[in-house]
Amino acid sequence: MTNSLNIEQNLAILDRMLLIRRFEEMLIDLDQDHDFGHYHLYIGEEATGATVVESLIPTDLLLTTWRNHGHLLARGTNPGRMVAEILGRVDGYNKGRGGTLHLTDREAGFLSTSGLVGGAVGLAAGAGFALKQAGEGNICVVFFGDGSLEEGVVFEAMNLASLWSLPVLFMCENNNSGAISAQEGGFPSSEIAASQISDIPKSLNINSKLVDGADVAAVHTVVTEAVSNIRSGNGPVFVEAYSERWPGSRPLWPEQATGVTQVASAWDESLLTGEHKEWIIEFDPLIRFIRNQLAEGLFSKDELFDRDRKIQTQITEARAFGEASALPDPQSALDGVFAA
Amino acid sequence: MPPDSSANIQSDRNITLKAAVLEAMFEEMKCDENVVLIGEDVGAAGGVFKQTEGLFETFGADRVIDTPISESAIFGLSVGAAMAGSRPIVEVMFGDFLTLVMDQLVNQAAKVHYMSAGGFNVPLVLRTGIGIGGSLGPQHSQSLHSWLAHIPGLKVVMPSSAADAKGLFKAAVRDNNPVIFMEDRMTYNLKEHVPTGEKIIPLASAAVKRKGVEVTIFAISRAVHTALAAAEILLEEKNISTEVVDLRTLAPLDVETIVSSVRKTGRAIVLDGGYKSFGITGEIAATIGELVFDYLDAPVMRLAAPDIPVPYSPSLESLMVPSVDQVVAKVSTMFGDSV
Repeated sequence: MTNSLNIEQNLAILDRMLLIRRFEEMLIDLDQDHDFGHYHLYIGEEATGATVVESLIPTDLLLTTWRNHGHLLARGTNPGRMVAEILGRVDGYNKGRGGTLHLTDREAGFLSTSGLVGGAVGLAAGAGFALKQAGEGNICVVFFGDGSLEEGVVFEAMNLASLWSLPVLFMCENNNSGAISAQEGGFPSSEIAASQISDIPKSLNINSKLVDGADVAAVHTVVTEAVSNIRSGNGPVFVEAYSERWPGSRPLWPEQATGVTQVASAWDESLLTGEHKEWIIEFDPLIRFIRNQLAEGLFSKDELFDRDRKIQTQITEARAFGEASALPDPQSALDGVFAA
Repeated sequence: MPPDSSANIQSDRNITLKAAVLEAMFEEMKCDENVVLIGEDVGAAGGVFKQTEGLFETFGADRVIDTPISESAIFGLSVGAAMAGSRPIVEVMFGDFLTLVMDQLVNQAAKVHYMSAGGFNVPLVLRTGIGIGGSLGPQHSQSLHSWLAHIPGLKVVMPSSAADAKGLFKAAVRDNNPVIFMEDRMTYNLKEHVPTGEKIIPLASAAVKRKGVEVTIFAISRAVHTALAAAEILLEEKNISTEVVDLRTLAPLDVETIVSSVRKTGRAIVLDGGYKSFGITGEIAATIGELVFDYLDAPVMRLAAPDIPVPYSPSLESLMVPSVDQVVAKVSTMFGDSV
């Protein structure tokens, strides 16, 4: 699809995708040294999160489920404070009370990471309701996976959003197609009787779109139009962004099966040797984006290496920040059950 | 003051509990435009028990919002709205339907403030009707307050009278936490004098509704009236001086008032319209045992609903609600042969 993004936007999206990728690669490594509860990788889906935020404004609100690192980082949260939260430390966004499954950041307008996959969608309808009441033209975006559609509250929330024309972008990331070795990890896939997920909101008169979630330009075109529609008061839009699932989650399959990304593999396929080589060539959204942008002359290889190095340094510092942060005082767990 | 358009707000100030809560809603919606009312049939219909009558006409469809039969999403939506700046009053028609909102209530509303380390609050009131009576059957008669009080992060309020209901409701709307406000339908039409003007009753404050020195009956909601009637009979027929403490708020519990009453009377019985097993009667009895055992002259007694689904037939249903006679008999046994 034709790229409607300007140079600065494309570079911002590149940086976000690199940041997300390097963050999660670091996280897998971090898991070797620290015992923390869960992680669920967004690798393979970065193009969606990194691009959606390009169409938002700072006063918009966001929610997600537990495949959340990409959404938070794309929105601009601090990776060091995210590491601290994932390690349960005092400098974490939630002072170690939420962990990766419940990261929130009020300043970034990030209301919720829900551990219940459908739960975020119900809350999102409410955030949309409050934003509509306030009447300042802000919208709410909720990211959720295909599996969320299996929970009833999602249907109810979409019905309310449609009936009340709530300013909500339902950003469904369908990563259920062509999952690599799903059986090996033993992790479940969604089972939905509808032949296409986006048919479900369509039946509720919600404007529904289908897009290749690994294609930055396509996502940007669809989401920009959707956001513009929503902001104009035309009610919710549902976008189904499909992508190829990346393996790796803790505790089900805590392993980085596809290896650490080499950006040079975008032009030098001989760098790819593992069993997932063909998958990376065809579906890796980061490699695809680099390949396309190099062809269009957005940046040189040296500039790319330079950006990647800077981001890797940032991630190294983020990890050090998180690891250096103290564990909270156990007694502090008793505080803050209720708001003042 | 509520506007004239509200037909069921009475001028003599002896008003029903239902009217008192309605008055509280009028006042709170009037003074804070972020307060909205959301629920099934709360709008033009004025509520299935006419408990929201007049609000729609006064505040309009933007703030008094009828919903589809989607309890889970209605409540989830209210939580999200509260996090984003609204102060919703969300009505769940029957307390039994709380089962449909449990995930949003327990996994979202109760935990948002804590999980976000104070980043977000959930200032909302979940209002629901509970209680046994009128042959509503097993799925429309349950009193599930003990379930809710078990969850850290939720406040549970259960008024017994009109003045309390108004003051507690106003406090609930102004609270920055999820508050579940449960009214026993059998108390809806009980009247009492409700003062005009601003009277906020702090949550977590029990009230001594009758002073006594020999035994304390702890009760909440409708059971308070049973306790008061029993106390009168106990005095007249057995010369037992009975104190009645209305807990008013289950969570947080006013432990100080409970223990100070037991220190004075030395005997305690806990009365509740909910189930006996794993319920609030056990919780309060255990609290008394832990904190003021040395003051007790008799074991703490309990009277609550038997552990069966609420049956339909009036004759069967009557078994579910502890009666005045049962309370009198039970208290009498605590005094052995002396009465």
